[in-house]
Amino acid sequence: MNRFAYVRADSTAAAFRDAADPAARFIAGGTNLLDLMKYDVERPSRLVDISRLPGLDGIEPTASGGLRIGALVTNSRAAVAAEVTEHYPMLASALLAGASPQLRNAATTGGNLLQRTRCMYFYDPATPCNKRQPGSGCGALDGVNRNHAILGASEHCIATHPSDMCVALAALEAVVHVTGPNGDRTIAFADFHRLPGDEPQRDTTLAHSEIITAVELPPQGYAGHSTYLKLRDRHSYAFALVSVAAALALDAGGISTARVALGGVAHKPWRDPQAEALLVGQAPTEAAFRRCADALLHGAQGHGGNDFKIALAHDAIVRALTQAAAGTPQSQTDKRIA
Amino acid sequence: MSAALEVPADRPFRHVGQPRSRVDGRLKVTGGARYAAEFDAPNLLHGVAVPASIARGRIRRIDTEAAVAVPGVVHIYTHGNRPPIPASDQDYQDAVAPPGKPFRPLFNDQILFSGQPVALVVAETLDAATYAASLVRVDAEAEPHETNLERNRFAAYVPPEKRSGIAPPPETRGFPDAAFNVAPVQIRNEYHVESEHHNPMEPHASTAIWEGDGRLTVYDKIQGVMNSHAYITGIFGLDADQVHVLSPFVGGAFGSGLRPQYQLFLAVMATLDLKRSVRVVLSREQMFTIGYRPETINSIALGANADGTLRALKHSAIARTSTFEDYQEVVVNWSNLLYRCENVGLDYKLVKLDTDTPCDMRAPGAPLGVFAIETAMDELAYAVKRDPLELRTQNFADTDEIEGKPFSTRSLREACRQGAEKFGWSGRPFEPRSMREGKELIGWGMATGIWEAMMTPHTARACLTADGKLEVGTATADIGTGTYTMLTQVAADALGLPMEAVTARLGDSRLPKAPVEGGSWTTASAGTAVHLACRKVADTLLGHARRMPGSPFANTSLDHVTFADGRIVLRADPSKAMTLTEVMQAAGVPQVEAEETAEPDPAMKQQFSSYTHSAVFAEVRVDEQLGVVRLTRIVSAVAAGRIVNPKTARSQIIGGVVFGVGMALHEESMLDHRLGRFMNHNLAEYHVPSAADIPDIDVLFVDEVDERLNPLGVKGLGEIGIVGTAAAIGNAIFHATGKRLRHLPMTLERVRG
Repeated sequence: MNRFAYVRADSTAAAFRDAADPAARFIAGGTNLLDLMKYDVERPSRLVDISRLPGLDGIEPTASGGLRIGALVTNSRAAVAAEVTEHYPMLASALLAGASPQLRNAATTGGNLLQRTRCMYFYDPATPCNKRQPGSGCGALDGVNRNHAILGASEHCIATHPSDMCVALAALEAVVHVTGPNGDRTIAFADFHRLPGDEPQRDTTLAHSEIITAVELPPQGYAGHSTYLKLRDRHSYAFALVSVAAALALDAGGISTARVALGGVAHKPWRDPQAEALLVGQAPTEAAFRRCADALLHGAQGHGGNDFKIALAHDAIVRALTQAAAGTPQSQTDKRIA
Repeated sequence: MSAALEVPADRPFRHVGQPRSRVDGRLKVTGGARYAAEFDAPNLLHGVAVPASIARGRIRRIDTEAAVAVPGVVHIYTHGNRPPIPASDQDYQDAVAPPGKPFRPLFNDQILFSGQPVALVVAETLDAATYAASLVRVDAEAEPHETNLERNRFAAYVPPEKRSGIAPPPETRGFPDAAFNVAPVQIRNEYHVESEHHNPMEPHASTAIWEGDGRLTVYDKIQGVMNSHAYITGIFGLDADQVHVLSPFVGGAFGSGLRPQYQLFLAVMATLDLKRSVRVVLSREQMFTIGYRPETINSIALGANADGTLRALKHSAIARTSTFEDYQEVVVNWSNLLYRCENVGLDYKLVKLDTDTPCDMRAPGAPLGVFAIETAMDELAYAVKRDPLELRTQNFADTDEIEGKPFSTRSLREACRQGAEKFGWSGRPFEPRSMREGKELIGWGMATGIWEAMMTPHTARACLTADGKLEVGTATADIGTGTYTMLTQVAADALGLPMEAVTARLGDSRLPKAPVEGGSWTTASAGTAVHLACRKVADTLLGHARRMPGSPFANTSLDHVTFADGRIVLRADPSKAMTLTEVMQAAGVPQVEAEETAEPDPAMKQQFSSYTHSAVFAEVRVDEQLGVVRLTRIVSAVAAGRIVNPKTARSQIIGGVVFGVGMALHEESMLDHRLGRFMNHNLAEYHVPSAADIPDIDVLFVDEVDERLNPLGVKGLGEIGIVGTAAAIGNAIFHATGKRLRHLPMTLERVRG
C-alpha cells in the first residue's frame, strides 16, 4: 500500500475540490478500494472520505411512486428496508446474495455500483492486465478465465462486473443520480457501466470528480413475479459464475413486460431488450423462456475455462424466469434452488 | 517403559475419556493467547519480503533506489548484499525436509519459483516496509519453465532417495497385469486431484528479538520449536543456548508449519545483522509460496471376479514436486492396506516442475489415494451390482499384506457397521437416480478412510510443587488441536489431581525435546511421555511416603495405591491415605520432578501394524439441471483407539471433514502455466467451504483401546477426519445423478459434465 493523504469532506463542494487531483479517490465503505490499495492496484494520492456527506443516507419514496435510495445507505440497510423488501424484493434478494454480512454492513449503495472486477490478473500487479495497466495485455484471455465474460468482451479485456445488486438494478431500470463540479445529472442504469472495448480501464461513465448521490427506482418493482438467482462455487461468499435477475408483468394475455439481467457474464450487468421483447405477449412457458435465453446468449463466446458458462447461463435464465412466473422467488437463506 | 509405570487396568480415568473444554479456550477467545506476530520488542523493525514474479530465471538487477528513499526504511537485503550465509545444502535441512536441496533464501541470483522472496525490506514501521517493498523493481531474465503436470507426466520418475518416514510402494506381489487381463470384471480409470493450499487463518510470522551478545528470542509460527531452533542455529552458526524459540500458540497450520518457512530465515538474518529485533509476517498472497498439497494423478486398475472379489489391484500415482526437492508422501499404499488381493502393483512417481516444493497438508497423500481407490471400489460395486459397503466389507484386508503383519487393532468393520447404522444406510436403494425431491436428486455415498497410527520419541517433564500444583511440559506444539487440554487431562489423572491444579507448557525450545506436532502422533507420544513423567513423580512420592515413620504405605508399590483427589490412597484400605502435600512436607522436599521419554516399542512395531480407520457416509442433493450440489448430511465413524477428550476429538473430526468437503467441492489452487504462477492467491478466490456449505456432521467414535501401541491406548485423530470424505461425497453424487466424477474439486461445471 502506498502513502496517501486522507481528508474528510463535509460538503460535496469540498469533496470536488479535495478530489481535483486525478490520482485522488473518493472513499465511502471502502470494502473494495482498501483491498485494491493493499494489492497495489490502486495507489491514490489522497482519499477523500465522503461517508459523512449530509443528506445521502435516506430511503424515500419519489413523487412518481418510485423509491430513492441514498448513495450512503449501506447494503445491509437497503436489504431489509420495508420499502425495498415489499416493493422491490428482487433487489433485496440480490443484496443478500452478495458478499458477507460484515461487508454488507460497510458497503454503500453508491460504492456497490463502483466495485471493480474480481479478475485475478487485475488483482495481481505481477501479471499483465489492460484494465490495471493499459497496454500490458489481457492475462485472462488465454489464462485462468473460469470466472470471465462470455458476452460483450473484447480482445483487450474479458473481465466481469462482480456486483449482485447492480444486476437487479439493471433489471429494474434504475436511474443513477450524480453530482459533480458541473452540476447534477442522471444516468440511465444501462448507460452507467461500460463494455471494455479498447478502454477497459474505464468501468463506468462517471467522470472523475462526480459523486453518486442516489439510485432511483421506478414505481414498477415486479414484486409478485421476480427473482434473483445466483450460481456460484460455494453457497455463500463467492462471486457469481452466473446470476439472473428476472422480472415479469403478467396479465390475461400472458407476459406484458419482461426484464432479464445477467450477472457474472459481462463487463456490466447484461440485458438485451430484444430478447426480453420475445417474451411479450407469450404465455410463460419453458419454450418461451428458452427462446429468450437463446436470444440473450446470442453471440456468447467462451475462452476455455469459462466455456461452461454459456450453457449454464441458458439453464439459469430458464430457471429464473420459471421462478418469476410462478411467483416463487429464490430464497437467499434456503440454498435449495426453487 | 517398565510395566510398573503402566496404567493399572482397574484404575478408572477421571479426566481421560471425558469431554473437557479447552483449558486455553478463554485465552483464545479473549485475545490472551498470543501468536508469533503479536509479540513485541523495543525498537522492533518490520521486514517485508519482495517476491519474484517469474517462475524460473536469473536476477539481473534489483533496483532499490525508490524503496530506500521511503522514510523509515533501514535496510534492503538482496542476494547481492546479504550477510554471509552457508552455501551447503546440508545446513538448510530441517527435521521434515524431503530429499534434495532445500530452498536458500537470498542465496544467489537464481529464481526457482514464482513468489520466491528475492529481497527483504526492513523499516521502522510495517507501513513503510510494505510500501517500500512495492517499489523494489526486480529485473530478471526469464528462462523457460514448466508447471503443467499433465503435459509433463511423461517425465515422471521414481524418486531415487526416499523421504524419511514415508513408506515407498512395496514390491509388486503376484501378477497384477496378468490377473487384471483375465479378470471377468475390470475397472480402469484415472483420478485427478488438483493442488490445494493450507490457508490457516494465522499467516506465517516470525518475531526475532535481539537480546544482545548474539542471543535471540524467536517467536515463530511452527509446529515444532525444535525444528526452528536447529534450523537457525545450523544456518547462522549459533550455539544452542544462544537461541530460544517459542511458539506457544499456532493459529492453524495443517502441515504448513512443519518446516521452518522463509520468514524465519529472513527475520533472524536481519536481526543478527542489524542487532535489532525484526518481525517478518507473510501476506496472504505469500502464503501461496510456502508449499501446498501437490496435484496428483492416480491410475487405478481393479480386476475382480463376478462377485466382486478382487483379483488384481493396481494403483499408481504421479505427483508434482519442485525442481529442487523430491517431496514425497504415501499415496498408493492405502489401497492394499484397505483391501486384500493376491496380485498387487503399486507405484508412485514424481514430476519436477517450476514451483515451490509441495508440503505436507493434513493427512498428506492419504485423501489423494483414498479418493481414487474408494471411488474405484464404488465403481466396482456398480459393475457387479453389489451394495458398495457390502462389496468393501467382502474385500477388506484383515492383515497388513504389505508388511505381512497383523494389525494391533483394526476396527474398520465396526466403524462401517456403526456409521451405516447411524446413517440409515440399509434403507438405501441400490440404483442411482432413485431418490428425488422436487428438482433435486438425492444420493447416498460412503467411503472408508485410513491413516497410520504413529508414535515418535517425545520427552516430557513433570514437576509437582508443595502447593499441590503440577506443571508438565514438552517442546511439541498445540496447533489448535487441543494438546494443552489433552496433556492436562493425562497429567491430572496420572497423579489424581484436578485439572485446575495442572499447567501444561508447550512450544518452547527449552522444554524437553519433542518433534513437530504432525502425523497424528502427538496424543500417543506426548500424552504417553507426560503420563510416564507423572507416574515417575508418583513413584517418587510413594517412595517418600513409604519412608515416613509408621507409614501405611511401607512395602507398597504403585500397584498397591491409587492417586485420587490429591491423595495417595491404599487400595486395600482406602481409609489409609495421605495428601501429596503432606508427603512432600514430611519428606522436606519443595518439589518432585521427573523427566521421561516415550518411544514406540520396537518389538511391537516389528510384530504389528497400526492404523486408524473411518467410515464416512454422505448425503447430497443435486440440482442436476444447474449442477448445484448441496451436502445435507455427513456421518463420520472413527476408530482411533482411546479417545482422550471426546469434545476436542469431535472438533478435530469435524474440522477434518470440513477439510474433506473443501477438497471434494471447492478447493483448487489455479496455476497459470504461461506465468508459472498460482493465480487465486487470496481467500476470496481460493474457496474454502463457507458455513452455508457445511451440514450437520455426525461424529461417532468406535470403542477401541489399543494397549499394544502405548499405555494410554490412543492412536491419533488429526488426519483421519479428512481422508474418506471426498470419495464419500463423490460416490453420493454418483448415486444421485448416475454421473461418475473422477476429478477434484467437483465444481459445478464438472457436475454438469
